[in-house]
Amino acid sequence: MTQAFDAAAQQTLLESRARMAVELARRLGADACEVGGSVDQGVSVSVREGEVETVELSRDQGIAVTVYVGQRKGSASSSDAGEASVRAVVEKALAIARHTGEDPASGLADARLMATELPDLDVHHPWPLSIDEATDLALRCESAGRGMAGIKSSDGASLSTGEGVRVYANSHGFLGSQSGSRHSLSCMLIAEDENGMQRDYDYTSARAPRDLATAEAVGESAARRTLQRLGARRPATGRMPVLFDSTLASGLVGHLMGAIAGGALYRQASFLCERLNDALFPEWFSLGERPMEVGAMASSPFDGDGVQTRDNVFIRDGRLASYMLSAYSARRLGLETTGNAGGARNLRLTAPLESREALLARMGRGVLVTELMGQGVNGVTGDYSRGAAGFWVEEGRIQHPVEEFTIAGNLETMFKGLIGIGDDIDTRGSIHTGSWLVDEMMVAGG
Amino acid sequence: MTSQTHAMLDEASTVLLTPGGLDLAALDDGLGHAMGPGIDYADLYFQRSWHEGWVLEDGEVKEASYNIDGGVGVRAQAGEKTGFAYSNQITGDALAETGRTAAGIVRRGDRLAVAPGVAMTSQARYAGIDPLTGLSAEDKIAMLKLADRVARAADPSVTQVSASLTGVHEVVLVRASDGTLAADIRPLVRFNVSVIAVRNGRRERGSAGGGGRYAMQRLRDENVAERYAKEAVRQALVNLEAVDAPAGQMPVVLGPGWPGILLHEAVGHGLEGDFNRKGSSAFAGRIGERVASPGVTVVDDATLADRRGSLSVDDEGTPGQSTTLIEDGILTGYMQDKVNARLMGMAPTGNARRESFAHLPMPRMTNTYMRAGSDDPADILKSVTRGIYAVSFGGGQVDITSGKFVFSASEAYLIEDGRITAPVKGATLIGNGPEAMGRVSMIGHDMELDTGIGVCGKEGQGVPVGVGQPTLKLDELTVGGTQS
Repeated sequence: MTQAFDAAAQQTLLESRARMAVELARRLGADACEVGGSVDQGVSVSVREGEVETVELSRDQGIAVTVYVGQRKGSASSSDAGEASVRAVVEKALAIARHTGEDPASGLADARLMATELPDLDVHHPWPLSIDEATDLALRCESAGRGMAGIKSSDGASLSTGEGVRVYANSHGFLGSQSGSRHSLSCMLIAEDENGMQRDYDYTSARAPRDLATAEAVGESAARRTLQRLGARRPATGRMPVLFDSTLASGLVGHLMGAIAGGALYRQASFLCERLNDALFPEWFSLGERPMEVGAMASSPFDGDGVQTRDNVFIRDGRLASYMLSAYSARRLGLETTGNAGGARNLRLTAPLESREALLARMGRGVLVTELMGQGVNGVTGDYSRGAAGFWVEEGRIQHPVEEFTIAGNLETMFKGLIGIGDDIDTRGSIHTGSWLVDEMMVAGG
Repeated sequence: MTSQTHAMLDEASTVLLTPGGLDLAALDDGLGHAMGPGIDYADLYFQRSWHEGWVLEDGEVKEASYNIDGGVGVRAQAGEKTGFAYSNQITGDALAETGRTAAGIVRRGDRLAVAPGVAMTSQARYAGIDPLTGLSAEDKIAMLKLADRVARAADPSVTQVSASLTGVHEVVLVRASDGTLAADIRPLVRFNVSVIAVRNGRRERGSAGGGGRYAMQRLRDENVAERYAKEAVRQALVNLEAVDAPAGQMPVVLGPGWPGILLHEAVGHGLEGDFNRKGSSAFAGRIGERVASPGVTVVDDATLADRRGSLSVDDEGTPGQSTTLIEDGILTGYMQDKVNARLMGMAPTGNARRESFAHLPMPRMTNTYMRAGSDDPADILKSVTRGIYAVSFGGGQVDITSGKFVFSASEAYLIEDGRITAPVKGATLIGNGPEAMGRVSMIGHDMELDTGIGVCGKEGQGVPVGVGQPTLKLDELTVGGTQS
């Protein structure tokens, strides 16, 4: 990168600002205070049709302060973590806390829960890449894709690399810091036939540059994905099995986690209220998180409340074993925090895995979905209805691409109707899962 | 220069430049750093914003937040290449460093001069005010508590009420190497109510909200707390009665106002200049061609007074304007920013928008709507034997290359033999933009704009937008319900 980023120096600076904010808040009358701070820096290079299109250098910082005066709370934040700004933010948060109402559940997490085990989780792997090198990688990626027969044009390839530091401190005396990095390379291509244009993409993303797929592999995969879509028709309307590609199955896990998140539960805005211990999935299915996994995308020893993270199991043998709670949502529900302020970290499932061929054979006739569109997921009722594109499957084999159809059902029925999981685990995000085969959904097409 | 333009520039300069020891004259030097060898255009975008949000839950305002954001974004262009860097410090040193970084995309070439700044004259489309200061904290809390009381009193099945009041005060200043000098002060406020109603073990949500570019007092004067509370409860109660939506192809009638999100998705994005320059839009190269049924006229209009999507000047300093995109079914224009306009040999249309100083501008929609037709909305419904009447939507998405769009109804009904019958839940509509526009067969005389709730996302950047339309009949669209 052209701008040097001294993570250690940034960390020291942020830690001192966070301590300053906590002390200042206490001095100005706060009974408790918590502060989050971050600094991130990165470079992103986009190319299109063999030429550089944009070079973006980013440098973001921010500080967010929450104060508690009795049971009243006030929050303020700024994109400037300078000393003057920190002071202004603390004062503003205190001013707000004079107006908000009493909340018996408000306050920091219990001091005894603060993280004490703070190992280095090996998530900071900077990539000392010049703009020219970044450009070269993006160009190689695009070129590999454009070179494949049938590709009409490119919608661009992009390389991004970034690193940053985040700090959390509170008036229990807890202070946690973590630096991390993320790098990605993506490519989007366009193909055309007599029925019109089709576009698709692929990407690679990792904490460490060595874990990225090669530029050529990403470009070629983007081209294959795009070409496969040509000649798409609309599928028949009817009830049939649906196979969610692994790139989309993580979204289904996400909907589950949204429904067992404390915030949705205490607001009664979830279809999984008061369902602890109920059988939601087949008994061969378990799901848990590994927040301390070394080098993983969402690893952290402490959560957004400073609480020590732990290996939670959310679904055990098909049953809902635990909600996902922060200190606040736990108090609202009369439960204990699960160390999930800020969400789940590195979700992994335990289930027998099958090959794509085996899943298609079991499906017989149905659709393999590789793209979902729109926001048709209702977390309150579990109703699910989304636009989709993918492939028509008959006699256990892919027949032709399909598009412009919807798949509809209810998440609870879909979870219960999960009949198989693929061995094609997508490891690019923080949720790792293979494809999901759901026994029956309504497909609306031609 | 009008006195109003002058006052706006003075205020923006005081807010944005003075604290870092800069003034308008110093911007020529600042821009000079970005006009490196081979650079043919550069601009500086200064911004400061103050965001305030109050949230009520369980009958109490337990949360409120305040955010201060700001900095300068520097862009340098050479042909189709763009270099971009930004800083949260607005100082001479930061301008020099970010300028040199942005200009680093090209190493050789002529060094062009910065044209002297000429203040852009534009008509104000909203008052250049700080919308946060008009009401006291007590007033704001009282509005939220009123919404809670009204919603709970409206029906015993209401178990949860949340309400929020947000406001943004934003000051921007643009100085570009082509001589552009423009400032804008953009207020934006919004009030929202969301309720959960439970009956016979069934749980449904209803929500309503709105706002625009004006002071918070106006929300109180227009009694939005009570109106949106009642509307949210009404929607939740309708959904408690809803039956499963049908699946398959059928006629769809869209209600007036917010369902204009269909236009935004099905047509709007495909007419943004960048996609058409790159040839990646299903509408590329089709100006002058029929892309919709006769009678369909679609405009993007930044000049509507006080609307959520309105802009006095865009984020490149071009005055906001009204652009006819489709006239009587014929494609007449694209929405452009300066770069895409220049590369396509067209004029900018005042559609350059960016989420903040830390984002690059792109061609984006402002307020996009379809003009009224002549049909009576009652006749439109009567013409349908079996179909769907959709009056509110949760959101939508489009693939601009294939033209496929999707959107999800949050309030919809069955039409049977020309009459609205049972409410339906979980109806998702899917279609192809150009095809759907060709299936518009009736257009109502009841054009309405939405209440001011839209946020449009593109390449990760969110900006406020408006939509609108009259009651509309599409002869055939795929409805993605669960019932055959």
